Amino acid sequence: MPVITVREALRQALHELMQDERVFIIGEDIGHYGSTYGVTAGFLEQYGAERIRDAPIAEAGIVGLAIGAALVGMRPIAEIMSVNFSLLAFDQLINHAAKIYSMFGGQMHVPMVLRTTNGWTQLSATHSQSFDVMFAHVPGLKVVAPATPYDMKGLLRASVADPDPVIFIEHTLMYTVKGEVPDEPYEVPIGRSALVREGRHATVVTYSRMVHLSLQAAEVLSREGIEVEIVDLRTLRPLDMSLAIESFKRTGRGVVVTEDWQSFGTSAEIAARLYEYGFDYLDAPITRVNFREVPMPYSKNLELKTVITVDRIANAIRDALK
Amino acid sequence: MTQDTAQPVAAVGDAPRPPDGTDPALLMELYRQMVLIRRFEEKCQEMYTKAKIGGFLHLYIGEEATGVGAVSALREGDHIFTHYRDHGHAIARGLDINALMAELFGKVTGTGKGLGGSMHFADASKQFWGGYALVGCHLLLAVGTALGDTMQRKPGVTMVFFGDGATNGGEFYEALNFAQLWKLPVVFVCENNLYAMGTPLEVHSSVTEIYRKAAAFDMRAERVDGNDVLVMREAALRAVDHARSGQGPVLLEAMTYRFRGHSAQDVQKYRSKEDVERRRSGDPIEVFRRQLLAWGVIAAADLRTLEHTIDDQVEAAVQFAEASDEPGVEWIRQSGVYAAAITVDPPIHGE
Ligand SMILES: Cc1ncc(C[n+]2csc(CCOP(=O)(O)OP(=O)(O)O)c2C)c(N)n1
Ligand SMILES: [Mg+2]
Repeated sequence: MPVITVREALRQALHELMQDERVFIIGEDIGHYGSTYGVTAGFLEQYGAERIRDAPIAEAGIVGLAIGAALVGMRPIAEIMSVNFSLLAFDQLINHAAKIYSMFGGQMHVPMVLRTTNGWTQLSATHSQSFDVMFAHVPGLKVVAPATPYDMKGLLRASVADPDPVIFIEHTLMYTVKGEVPDEPYEVPIGRSALVREGRHATVVTYSRMVHLSLQAAEVLSREGIEVEIVDLRTLRPLDMSLAIESFKRTGRGVVVTEDWQSFGTSAEIAARLYEYGFDYLDAPITRVNFREVPMPYSKNLELKTVITVDRIANAIRDALK
Repeated sequence: MTQDTAQPVAAVGDAPRPPDGTDPALLMELYRQMVLIRRFEEKCQEMYTKAKIGGFLHLYIGEEATGVGAVSALREGDHIFTHYRDHGHAIARGLDINALMAELFGKVTGTGKGLGGSMHFADASKQFWGGYALVGCHLLLAVGTALGDTMQRKPGVTMVFFGDGATNGGEFYEALNFAQLWKLPVVFVCENNLYAMGTPLEVHSSVTEIYRKAAAFDMRAERVDGNDVLVMREAALRAVDHARSGQGPVLLEAMTYRFRGHSAQDVQKYRSKEDVERRRSGDPIEVFRRQLLAWGVIAAADLRTLEHTIDDQVEAAVQFAEASDEPGVEWIRQSGVYAAAITVDPPIHGE
């Protein structure tokens, strides 16, 4: 099977999806500029300005237009350059995209996808955030955050095929991550987690880029004789905790790794479900690894102490095993 | 400064005869819609007082000529978006008043199965995409359907209604820019009723002639007497033609006035009873009725018959709503929130 990057996998999925006349892409600097992270580079030349729509810097507008177009039969893929800018579109996402199906009694639905990206690299306080929990909190939205090139391609296809609004969360530090991806089209179902590493001592529940760091931490610990099992949630809403809970019942020890602030964050919900469904199997408190709870500092020194490292994950696993 | 001196509104009802070629059946239909909206909403107020209707109730009473005139310019295949003050537009678009009353009663036979209520009337089969309750934010959805139609080479025009208060937020400017930039077939209808809730126009907007805001986008715009249903219709026809012919969007500013409070809870501290009374003397429905009689297009007896029929229909709508069932709990399961089947494993709320 060919080995390609996340960026290539996304490009493949988008090229395949563009074969459907209903699909179009709308976002800032996706065309003339060549796309901030290179995902849609060359698309404008290939598909033309009608379907590769360079939008003004108006995030509410980008999302609002995508919702409207979805209502009348299009399959819009809206892109918000960085998740930090999605705040300006939250009203459209929460009050419109998430509500239209049920608030109007199921008469209409909103088959749109919002692609956006988490990430940090000395971009400081306003450009290094994660709002996964804010999307995943909202009934009516679906939220996927894949980790591998294979899942990126398969879940992006599934997201565009889905009749409901899907928030598709990428990560700026993952575009060059490589993995096996078949050339042919395929879908990975929304709402299904995956077991990415087997082990008997502890269960790590995570998603997106933290899957890769958790795998690295697992290798370090393996040399110490500790074998951890890792579950990649892949989708945050609807949340599939079945594999994680099953694993937790075997190991009795849980570690949740999510790249966001701890308080009221995604790790809180994940840990709560482990407690609710695995209480009788609990051998130790569940530990959590998250961003330090501060606006992201610019200084490299402080930034690296704020984000999650392989060491911090390994330590949290050791703690869970005490 | 009173609103009247701040905002001169053209006199209504002084035309000597109906516009050339106006079909009497059309005049009658416009009148029927206006009266139906009025009677429907008077009944809503009554039912609200009896606690049959809950939540917010924003009445359109006094503004009927704007909605009826504007919607009459649309065809099948065109689209409508509106705000929470949506009863008038829904009735003008021909939504079934039984289903509308049932929606207000929170019944499963309602347009939105009782999940939306007064602010969220919708009927996808009529491309009436709904009433939206975040001031100004639905304008972007309307630009989106126009984009979707254009990309699919469909001839539809999207009409979107909103208040004067909606023209100060960013979404208004984003919507106008997108629509003009991409020459999309949108008719923006601003219902300038001189107040945003209780805040007078000149207190909330740096420019009180709302139509002039379109100039920043080189967009065609017009201010019209929204209290004259025929004037409103003519302006809407011009705007719709312009939009449909691919020349881009139009902003219409319809000057109008609401006779009731902002919502059923409003005690109206911000305007005097006298102001409202003076406005009521120019009630667009009364003026139009007098016009129809003066022009000799319709006999007084026919109007009375029509009015009785409407009263019966509204009464029947109440009976229908009353007799209908409440929505089932399937709507408050996770599966009720998504068009595609989903599983949450393990389930939440013990579903
Ligand atoms: C974004 C937002 N802010 C505030 C409100 C509360 N609110 C509802 S209607 C309204 C006044 C709107 O006035 P206008 O746009 O002139 O419409 P009108 O009610 O006069 O028809 C306000 C402040 C809201 N619904 N949405
Ligand atoms: Mg107003």
